[in-house]
Amino acid sequence: MNSGPALVSILRQGDTLVASVHTALDDSEMVRFQDDLIRQIGEHRARGIIIDVAALDVLDSFGSRTLRTIAEMARMRGAVTVVVGIQPEVAYAMVRLGMGMGTVATALDLEEGLAHLAELRATPRTH
Amino acid sequence: MNAQDTRHEDQREELVDGNQLLPQLVAHLREHRAKLRDEWASRIRDAHLLEAMTPQEMAAETTSVYDNYVEVLETGSVDALKHYARDLSERIIPRGVETHEVVGIVLLLRDVLARSLFEKYQRDFGLLNQVLDAYEPAANRIANTVAVSFVEERERVIRQQQDAIRELSTPVLPVRERLLILPIIGVLDSERARQLTEQLLLGIRTHRAKVVVIDITGAPDVDETVANHLVQTVDASRLMGASVIITGLSPTIAQTLVTIGVDLSKMNTIGDLQGGLEEAERLLGFKVTRKVVTEGS
Repeated sequence: MNSGPALVSILRQGDTLVASVHTALDDSEMVRFQDDLIRQIGEHRARGIIIDVAALDVLDSFGSRTLRTIAEMARMRGAVTVVVGIQPEVAYAMVRLGMGMGTVATALDLEEGLAHLAELRATPRTH
Repeated sequence: MNAQDTRHEDQREELVDGNQLLPQLVAHLREHRAKLRDEWASRIRDAHLLEAMTPQEMAAETTSVYDNYVEVLETGSVDALKHYARDLSERIIPRGVETHEVVGIVLLLRDVLARSLFEKYQRDFGLLNQVLDAYEPAANRIANTVAVSFVEERERVIRQQQDAIRELSTPVLPVRERLLILPIIGVLDSERARQLTEQLLLGIRTHRAKVVVIDITGAPDVDETVANHLVQTVDASRLMGASVIITGLSPTIAQTLVTIGVDLSKMNTIGDLQGGLEEAERLLGFKVTRKVVTEGS
């Protein structure tokens, strides 16, 4: 990792990884975040990932595509991803620009995200 | 040198004269008030203006417009006229009087008065010119003032109505814990759709909503643009973790949407608001049961 304050913190909570994005990331930082997170899924044997973007007031097309990629890669490594904390302005801008989260689950905030993962764990896996 | 000086003197005298012309002119217009006003009124009738007003109202309004007009010529201040024009506009706008009518009658009055000045000063061409020099700028300013006041008043009314519609039109109502209702009443245009979406998204955050029921029973018409706005609203809500149920699609609207080929397959639509609420309660895990009153209790 480069020096300087962490732009993203990845915390482990049971078998869930909680990644909080603190500030807008440029493209290379986004890629580094993706690599870190995917690597840590294996290290911690995580089953659920929560990406908290509440601090972001803008999410560009590369950012939202990377989040979709992360979710897809995480799924292949056996973890479910929930993106939480998308702000109203960000949500509206995203749909106006035709960007979405695809099939990635979204929730209002961290609490809701954890509840969503708990719900999934309670129901038997279909895949 | 001397000759030039005298010419300057002459010009100065003419200017003083010009300043005194206005009172003279005003006195003339006051003197022939009844005749000129009647002529004006008859020309308004001939031009089929202000037909929304009764003859009595016409007589009253023409008299006061005439008096205001002459007063402005006399004092040179349009403040009182502005006030009167706004007042008049407030009274006649609800009657459906159009801008061209208001401008038309003021221009007619200007012409009627100009004609009478022609008549009075026709023998002295130089004096007539001076009279018109004094009269025309004032008359034009009056026409301008009245037209601007009328349009301003109309814009004020329109703004007021828009504000009222805006405030009325986007209530986001919490009906149960984490359940919002958004009844859409009236025509949805792009601006309103944008506002509505913003209100809804803020509402989702404030009330931590998980389910939103959008009821469009009150929307008279749904076209492709509106349908696409709805799709955007639904997508944006989903990004914030709330699922949306759309209710109240009338048979006509359903047919229109199918005909124009809008894809609403991703949307959760339910026939009426009642059904939508029941579905929302199911999603949230609420169960509403009627309290059974047993006999004798």
